[in-house]
Amino acid sequence: MTVENMLVPSAAGTAAPNRYEATSETRGVRIVLIAIAVLFLALFLLLPLAAVFMEAFRGGIQAYFAAITEPDALAAIRLTLTVAAIAVPCNLIFGVAAAWAIAKFEFKGKSLLTTLIDLPFSVSPVISGLVYVLLFGAQGYFGPWLSAHGIQIAFAVPGIVLATIFVTFPFVARELIPLMQEQGTGDEEAALSLGANGWQTFLFVTLPNIKWALLYGVLLCNARAMGEFGAVAVISGKIRGLTNTMPLHVEILYNEYAFSAAFAVASLLALLALVTLAIKTFLEWRFADGIAAAGRSH
Amino acid sequence: MDIRIENISKTFGQHPAVNSVSLEIRSGELIALLGPSGSGKTTLLRLIAGLEHPTGGRIFFGDEDASRKSVQARNVGFVFQHYALFKHMSVADNIGFGLRVRPRAQRPSRREIRARAEELLDLVQLPGYGERFPAQLSGGQRQRVALARALAIEPRVLLLDEPFGALDAKVRKDLRRWLRELHDKTGHTTIFVTHDQEEAIELADRVVVLNKGVIEQVGTPDEIYDTPASPFVHQFIGEASSLPVTLSNGEVWLADRATGLRSEGNGEAILYFRPNHIEVVEGCSGCIAGVVVGSRRVADTRRVEIEIGAGRHRVEIDLPVGHPAGEGSRIAFRPTRWRLYLSGASENAAPRKVAVHA
Repeated sequence: MTVENMLVPSAAGTAAPNRYEATSETRGVRIVLIAIAVLFLALFLLLPLAAVFMEAFRGGIQAYFAAITEPDALAAIRLTLTVAAIAVPCNLIFGVAAAWAIAKFEFKGKSLLTTLIDLPFSVSPVISGLVYVLLFGAQGYFGPWLSAHGIQIAFAVPGIVLATIFVTFPFVARELIPLMQEQGTGDEEAALSLGANGWQTFLFVTLPNIKWALLYGVLLCNARAMGEFGAVAVISGKIRGLTNTMPLHVEILYNEYAFSAAFAVASLLALLALVTLAIKTFLEWRFADGIAAAGRSH
Repeated sequence: MDIRIENISKTFGQHPAVNSVSLEIRSGELIALLGPSGSGKTTLLRLIAGLEHPTGGRIFFGDEDASRKSVQARNVGFVFQHYALFKHMSVADNIGFGLRVRPRAQRPSRREIRARAEELLDLVQLPGYGERFPAQLSGGQRQRVALARALAIEPRVLLLDEPFGALDAKVRKDLRRWLRELHDKTGHTTIFVTHDQEEAIELADRVVVLNKGVIEQVGTPDEIYDTPASPFVHQFIGEASSLPVTLSNGEVWLADRATGLRSEGNGEAILYFRPNHIEVVEGCSGCIAGVVVGSRRVADTRRVEIEIGAGRHRVEIDLPVGHPAGEGSRIAFRPTRWRLYLSGASENAAPRKVAVHA
């Protein structure tokens, strides 16, 4: 028996003397805390999610597939995917550029830029939709000029894309800025001193250092781009089969008392979200080492 | 590669980090930039590398004006304080990076880059480590990989920022000796930054002592240690005690007592001496005397702190371990090697050495 073992009062830890830790709680407290967490999760997350799928399949499998293969529904799915496919790359490029500028350089107006990036988070999405109607609508500032040249932005796909880009603007940048700030400019300076030009430095050094944060940012941005309702609802005009995205389609079906069709489309949206989460979890599991290394500062 | 620095300055906002510094470095020299934090030593190194742009002045590599050139064009090997190894690349890829990013016409083949990396790994005594990742290496090994990476581009000058700062004492000593050997073998002009005077004195051919953005002294380790050019150097290099004294009638006076030291000149001055450069004297007519207020063991001697006169100035002297002086007892001594600096001006003005007694 070692000296340390002899110093532990053996009577105090009758059940499991070696498992006593300073930061743990008693059994009763642990059970209560875990129960609260589980109950909360079940009530607010699992139950609604299960309800979506249960309602979706209430009319049977055939009704479910009829609801999601109906032309308007297909158009909505196609539009949602198109919008996400345009908005996400735009914000990816913008987010990387903005985070690069903010984290690695000192310039005038830096704090203003940081605040501006957060703006879409603090402004109600409905207002962002309205702003674009005000700018590009028939009565808007650029409306007459645009319609004279045969360009339709408001109540059309370009408007939806613009509103979606606006709303999902901060996701990538917000994810990258703290990481890039923490990493500092040491690696970049090393690359430059070894003769790399700016583009090589970004490609071989900066990008690998931020790839995980970038991926999270893109996944979050994508989830929001597909799920955005408020801004898109205002600018799209909700024209069935033309400017209806999936969230808008769900609402229309619901308002028409087509509950199981509404839930069927909603279940697809939920599925997209779940797939996003699954990809994220898989990547985290698969590349755990790489993520740990990237998070570590020098 | 000779390096000539002419009146180089760098100002951050209002704060001058490097203030009109001039310095000539001969080809193949190993130079230490030594100073406390905030002395501008790292800024000076980064100016030489081209990682900072000077507010004024010029830097010559040989006869070529390098000050307007980019860091890439200067072709310097820079070893960063925290190594800045690329975490996602293997050791071999890290070392080969500088060759891989060259323009296509000058880029060696994949196999040549690989061979060069192996060669450099042998040079830094890490053979067979090419496939490992930086996270799998110890601090000392990372340091050596960083050095190999800097050497891979065949730099004209090698610059090291606090090369041993993040290592523990034992590794630091080994690496120091190893770096000296490597320098003698490869013959690169090498400049390194350190705040550790022991490191600078042991390793460098010449030491540049910096304080508050200006050079206090440039010299060999012996010159810096034995004939410090300013009070700052005297205090920063090695141990030193100081006492305010008055010069008159060819003698050095401490308040109204003669110290037994002789010097030309008149007026206020500050006397500097090192703890081991003293002799204990009996019966004080012409000496410095005070009361022992504390003592501690330093290697093979006992360092005794003494409070002197009404001014309550404290100085330190070294006594043999067996010396009987205890706390509260009176002791008299006289410096055997000492220097005087005229006081009045601030410590950072030009050297005002008035007397040297060795």
